[in-house]
Amino acid sequence: MAEVSSSVVRSARSSALGIWTRRLAFYAALLLLWQVIVNLNIWPSYALPGPLDVFNSLANGIASGQFMQAALVSLQRLALGYAISLVLGTVLGILVGRFSVVEETVGSLILGLQALPSVCWLPLAVLWFGLTEQAIIFVVVMGALFSITLGIESGIKNTPPIYLKAARTLGTRGQALYSQVILPAALPSIISGLKQGWTFAWRSLMAAELLYFTLSLGNLLNNGRDLNDASQVIAVMLVIIAIGVAIDTLIFSTLERTLRERWGLQR
Amino acid sequence: MSGHSSLERVESQRSPLLKPGGVSLSVEGVGKTFISRQQTVQALSPINLEVVAGEFVCLLGPSGCGKSTLLSIIAGLESASSGEIRAAGRKVQGPGTERVLLFQEAALFPWLDVQRNVEFGLLQGGVKPRERVDIAQSLIELVHLQGFEKSYVHQLSGGMRQRVAIARALAIDPAILLMDEPFGALDALTRDRLHTELEAIWSRTGKTILFVTHNVREAVALGDRVLVFSPRPGRIVREFRIDLPRPRLLEDHALVDVAAEILAVLKETIEEQEEIDGRGK
Repeated sequence: MAEVSSSVVRSARSSALGIWTRRLAFYAALLLLWQVIVNLNIWPSYALPGPLDVFNSLANGIASGQFMQAALVSLQRLALGYAISLVLGTVLGILVGRFSVVEETVGSLILGLQALPSVCWLPLAVLWFGLTEQAIIFVVVMGALFSITLGIESGIKNTPPIYLKAARTLGTRGQALYSQVILPAALPSIISGLKQGWTFAWRSLMAAELLYFTLSLGNLLNNGRDLNDASQVIAVMLVIIAIGVAIDTLIFSTLERTLRERWGLQR
Repeated sequence: MSGHSSLERVESQRSPLLKPGGVSLSVEGVGKTFISRQQTVQALSPINLEVVAGEFVCLLGPSGCGKSTLLSIIAGLESASSGEIRAAGRKVQGPGTERVLLFQEAALFPWLDVQRNVEFGLLQGGVKPRERVDIAQSLIELVHLQGFEKSYVHQLSGGMRQRVAIARALAIDPAILLMDEPFGALDALTRDRLHTELEAIWSRTGKTILFVTHNVREAVALGDRVLVFSPRPGRIVREFRIDLPRPRLLEDHALVDVAAEILAVLKETIEEQEEIDGRGK
């Protein structure tokens, strides 16, 4: 038994090694191709910088602390907007999931607004709040809120009836049914909503920051364009990707995997 | 000698939480008709049934004969279209902790570990934490799952899940256990073991048990009485009293003979119903 499982682990490990080797080879080839195209001198270097230029920009940006500072500003906005969405989305989701009147009215509005890319709120937000923090937080909230609401609502609606029956026969009544059965049962769906909400929030934040003059990741992108500095633009894009991937895998994917496994949705 | 006295101590510790004794149950003219826009379906013809306190009654019938519906109505999770149910002489309205329903799927909560699943009903009843832990612990021992307190549902086998479900149901000390094909999804070996364990728990606690199954031998192995249901709309067509000595063995010749007799009746009932349905068309 132990032998079998250790050999399974070993083969899983070696196949993971294989994946990483192939991946590494792919990215090395990509960098090489990039350098070759740069060497052909088709485009001027301010439009298409080489990998080394980008690497230098990245190193400088990190060494000077500018990237870190900008990332912190952006992440702070994200955290604040996301926290607001989380609170509002939970309340809204529960109301929509629980009362059919709310679902028929507010629910349809939420479905409609969900179809609107949240950066479309930016012009209105700027008219209402000016080029302020409030305006940008508003756009982030509009990005995350509806996904979170819908995740919670669908989780509540799709609670397996068997859990409700089991809880009722064991004496669960009223509010306890929500707090102790329906919400925990809905967690996998809620996490999906949270994950989608974060993706939308992150995207709309980056779009909105392009318009701002205070230091932030989006603003650095725009700066690079103003200075005709494509290597800075690409370096900042790499930072944005890195942060996105990190949050996605470290927080959401881990959470999602753990939940799905424990809830028996995945072998 | 010391082993004997420690056993006695365990018994006396357990006795307050597993008070021996179920209560009587009476089903008077309970029927169920589902009405939808397209059609009206009678799931259950009005049923009359008297169960004495501590009796083990098996409801046997083909799938979809309404026996699960009857159990669900007795549990108070579904309403009857007609008739009424009395537990210990008192009219049943909605779910109540003197009656607990168990399901084929075990229906454990995946977000809770074994310990907390068993404690679930106690938490609903407002039992204090210390007491919850003690009761759950002794029931986990009763179903032989010591060491799995911190395990989650996905880490348990089907048989273990049913054991946890039984412990969870017993925790709130119901007088009547309503079991809806609880072992239907298990392999034969596991099912046999759980039969033995359930029989032991029953004889020790004296609970009243209604056990739904479509497995004839299971019904004969467990029941004091076996009620044979007809296909939909379900009604009780025959009643068998099983006087075989306990604990019963599935291989026992007498048991096999009784099972064969009941199976013949069951087959006949199904064929009759098919004939009636055929003529109706």
